[in-house]
Amino acid sequence: MFRATLKSLLARKLRLLLSGLAVVLGVMFVSGAFVLTDTLGRSFDAVFSDAFSDVDVNVAGKPKVALSEVEGEQVAAPVPASVVDRVKAVPGVADVQGVVNTDGARLIGSNGKVVTSFGPPQLGENWLGESDLVKLREGRAPQADDEIVVNVALAEAAKVKVGDRVGVLTLAPKKEFTLVGVFGYSGGRDSVGGVNEVAFTTPVAQQLMLGKPGVFSNVTAQAAGGTTPEALRDQVARSLGADYEVKTGKQLADDASAGLKEGLSFFNKILLGFAAVALLVGTFLILNTFSIIVAQRTRELALMRAIGASGRQVIGSVVLEAVAVGLIASVLGLAAGIGVGALLAYLFGKLAGGLTLAGLGVPPAAVIGAFAVGTVITVVAALLPALRASRIPPIAAMQDVATPDRPLTKVTVGGSVVTAIGAGLLFLGLGGHAGDNTLATILGGVLFAFIGVALLTPLISRPVVALLGTIFAWSVPGKLGRLNSGRNPRRTAITAAALMVGIALVTGVTVILDSAKGSISALAEDTIKAELVISGAQAGPRPPSFDPAVLEKAAAIPGVRLVDGEYGDMATLNGERTWVAASSDVAALEKIFGAKATAGDISRLNPDQMLLSSDTAKSRNLAVGSTVNVQLSRGEARTYTVSGIYESSQLTNPVVLPPQAATDFAIPQPIQGFVQLAPGTSVAAVQPQVERLLADSPEVSVADRAAFIKQQTSQLDTPLRMIQILLALAIVIAVLGIINTLALSVLERTRELGLLRAIGLRRAQTMRMITVEAVVISIFGALLGVVVGTGLGAAVVRALKDEGITDLVLPWGQMVTFLVLAAIIGVVAAVLPAIRAARINVLGAIAHD
Amino acid sequence: MIVTATVGQQAQAAARASDVWKVYGSGEAQVIALRGVSAEFERGRFTAIMGPSGSGKSTLMHCLAGLDSVTRGTVMIGDTTVTGLGDAGLTKLRRDKVGFIFQQFNLLPTLTAQENILLPLSIAGRKPDPAWYDTVIDTVGLRERLGHRPAQLSGGQQQRVACARALVARPEVIFADEPTGNLDSRSGAEVLNFLRNSVREHGQTIVMVTHDPTAAAYADRVVFLADGEIVSELIEPTADTVLDTMKKLDAPAEVGN
Ligand SMILES: Nc1ncnc2c1ncn2[C@@H]1O[C@H](COP(=O)(O)OP(=O)(O)O)[C@@H](O)[C@H]1O
Ligand SMILES: [Mg+2]
Repeated sequence: MFRATLKSLLARKLRLLLSGLAVVLGVMFVSGAFVLTDTLGRSFDAVFSDAFSDVDVNVAGKPKVALSEVEGEQVAAPVPASVVDRVKAVPGVADVQGVVNTDGARLIGSNGKVVTSFGPPQLGENWLGESDLVKLREGRAPQADDEIVVNVALAEAAKVKVGDRVGVLTLAPKKEFTLVGVFGYSGGRDSVGGVNEVAFTTPVAQQLMLGKPGVFSNVTAQAAGGTTPEALRDQVARSLGADYEVKTGKQLADDASAGLKEGLSFFNKILLGFAAVALLVGTFLILNTFSIIVAQRTRELALMRAIGASGRQVIGSVVLEAVAVGLIASVLGLAAGIGVGALLAYLFGKLAGGLTLAGLGVPPAAVIGAFAVGTVITVVAALLPALRASRIPPIAAMQDVATPDRPLTKVTVGGSVVTAIGAGLLFLGLGGHAGDNTLATILGGVLFAFIGVALLTPLISRPVVALLGTIFAWSVPGKLGRLNSGRNPRRTAITAAALMVGIALVTGVTVILDSAKGSISALAEDTIKAELVISGAQAGPRPPSFDPAVLEKAAAIPGVRLVDGEYGDMATLNGERTWVAASSDVAALEKIFGAKATAGDISRLNPDQMLLSSDTAKSRNLAVGSTVNVQLSRGEARTYTVSGIYESSQLTNPVVLPPQAATDFAIPQPIQGFVQLAPGTSVAAVQPQVERLLADSPEVSVADRAAFIKQQTSQLDTPLRMIQILLALAIVIAVLGIINTLALSVLERTRELGLLRAIGLRRAQTMRMITVEAVVISIFGALLGVVVGTGLGAAVVRALKDEGITDLVLPWGQMVTFLVLAAIIGVVAAVLPAIRAARINVLGAIAHD
Repeated sequence: MIVTATVGQQAQAAARASDVWKVYGSGEAQVIALRGVSAEFERGRFTAIMGPSGSGKSTLMHCLAGLDSVTRGTVMIGDTTVTGLGDAGLTKLRRDKVGFIFQQFNLLPTLTAQENILLPLSIAGRKPDPAWYDTVIDTVGLRERLGHRPAQLSGGQQQRVACARALVARPEVIFADEPTGNLDSRSGAEVLNFLRNSVREHGQTIVMVTHDPTAAAYADRVVFLADGEIVSELIEPTADTVLDTMKKLDAPAEVGN
């Protein structure tokens, strides 16, 4: 039996390879994800342990508002200069530095634009002189208040050189400096992990980066000989008390590395998500391939039964084949995954500005994951066909086996049940009834829905394929192709279902994002009563901001009626974290954003008063007159009295503080500005004047309202594109499936094709026949995908109604594109099988047994 | 003894083989399936090719019909020289001049009987002659079954559909390879009667390969093949005369001289 299995495996290697390719791709993503995270993780470790190599002990203030990575940049409380002396006095300390070192120093390049960074911070710091790590490459240290040095990578990105006058944005608006030197790091590196650094003299750094003189972000100390960093840390901590966080350099390195790894694990999850999609589609493919192989081997398997093989042996032979395919696919997938992981790590290193990569590593998880996933998926997919094979009666060897049209009742009932379960899970998940397991419930619902619909597909395929086919029935080959696509509903269905998954996901995501865009623009269109808007596109974690002086100057332009600058910060209200805003002109709330008061007065605000949205007031149990303790990113906590409550809407903030509060925000500058014009004023006349005011705020620009809305919603385009590109992979796998099914069908119908050729079907007609079959199958799959995707998307949109996605926007253009694309996919997929069919030797086919 | 079949006049030949050799493989594995076969098949007659299994009957038929290439010699269908035609030429030949009936798997399972019958015409983009179509359908006696698919027809009915398909295009010649090989004697007789009638009443030319003397007896003429050579022939055969000839051929002493 084993030898027979091996022989039949070798005889069909191409076919199995084709279906195995889907598993290879899935495994590739799984192992690639692990290899990437492992390699980058170790690279980060190396970078940070190096960066903090000359720090034995570090003293930092506790953050006023503790934030997680995703909530924004956490601002540590500054350390007073007196701490430097207190640390110096601790026994065992050899040397102490007061360090200014925080994110938010944006250099303006020679092209007038701010040098941006995707991820790594843009540090502003005080120049502490050269060390083992830091070396001046050119020029000298900053000595005057208007002198800076920057690291080589930043100077190159900004295209500035020593001697240039350059602008820098900090907590303060743009200031000009002379670049007096550039520095690099040990080992000839131009940056550490892609971080951009601007170094000022200490007083300037304190003022611009921390907002006041005489404070540091942290204090570092080196231990004297004989004292370990840990011992010194404990000593320093004891003498400073509980107000400060004292850590060793190693702890700092670990923390910094852990922060980045958290971001990586997100990346890892995305890759694993795509692996799951590839494997789901691959499962369909393998199921189909093995079904067809079993059908084709009916006589052979029956003969085996006739000469004494047991049903179990037949199952064993099919499963054995699956194990072999799974193992081979896993090995190939693992190899490809290591390649992809290495490539992504390399690209990531480049993007992060020259991250030095640690050696490529293949963690055990990658190997175990590859083999487990690859083999298990293949065997599971082959199980059903194996069972079917075991039920072939020995008599089939003697009979002329017409594949009986098995009734679809069981599949249909099963499909309905599975679809219902999927729908139920989706309802639970989207309705917010699943608690902490919401995401898992929704994903489970989507998975069940896909499998359920796939099971229902054979039933649907009959009428739909017949209908689709009539489009092509005008020629004889077309008609034959249509009939062929309808002759085995299960096979057609699974092939089409594989295509459905990819297209449904893309359609669903597009429906959701388009609806979000549509809803936001409709709302903004209706409510924002500002003709001009000042804003910028956010690149990286920090929103762009501009000089508050612009607001006053803009208000003075003739024809301008109202100007509002919006500030924002993460703060704690009575100990609970929330987003707070401040408006330079509170009146804008009513006049520009159309807010309606539900209690109190929302048109004005004293420095000790605050406004709340109705939702916030309700959830926090606050009313007009309540007092609230507010801690902002900087400064001391303060108490505000609620003076008004407005109706919550998509465009209103949960909390509005008086403009004076903005000085204690992490970013004490406005991040958006709204300009309302007096009736009859020409927008085109005012816009250039505001534009001129923004000359020193290169992160933002002024746009009319329509352009602003478009810019806001276009932020959703990037994730949409990325998802579309990655899901295209699922579609590629499905194309492999169509090729596979067709190739197998052509093989199966060799005799029939020979007959057709014998009675006069030309080669070109034969090819057309196969092509029509492929096109009908793929359009059917795309149609299913579009319908299922729209359904899923619409369900999510409905569930997000309370989040402000009120309009369901269906991407008709995209849907038509998918159908056209499907037709093209069909034609492409048919090429090889069609050539093969056309080349069939007529005589050989007729004599074929 | 080499007997060259020379019945009929050249002008009337629907198909003709001249000194046809067919060699399969080479060296050790070489098989000479046809050794210089020359034969003519008259228009409007029903010819059977008989011979023991492996004698080259099918090979001869395939060569005549342009399904297989000859190693040496020439084959003509009507006034077309088949030898040397490319795929396009052969396809055209099959469309316009040749009909086929195979032993089994004659029909497309996805099409109804009627669609199967009309398939060669629709492939060629021709319309059937309605009167002729009716005649064919009535002669095969399948009018009630036209909407059925092959799976719903008996073996004999399927073969009759195959016959009708071959006939409806009125080809120069119909080649049938053991058309009754898979049928019981009653269904076989039906099919054979039908073939004979189409020759007698409608002047169709048929060349049928068979190893069954009873089937051969339906033909106007029987050509005997042994070891790739034509060794004998009978005009107006009966089952008995065919059987006699076969027996003689089986006895090696009487053959070969
Ligand atoms: N494709 C082939 N390759 C090699 N030998 C063949 C092939 N087809 C037929 N033969 C041989 O040619 C001879 C004649 O075969 P065939 O015409 O099929 O005989 P018949 O139809 O009379 O039984 C046989 O010896 C057979 O083995
Ligand atoms: Mg034969």
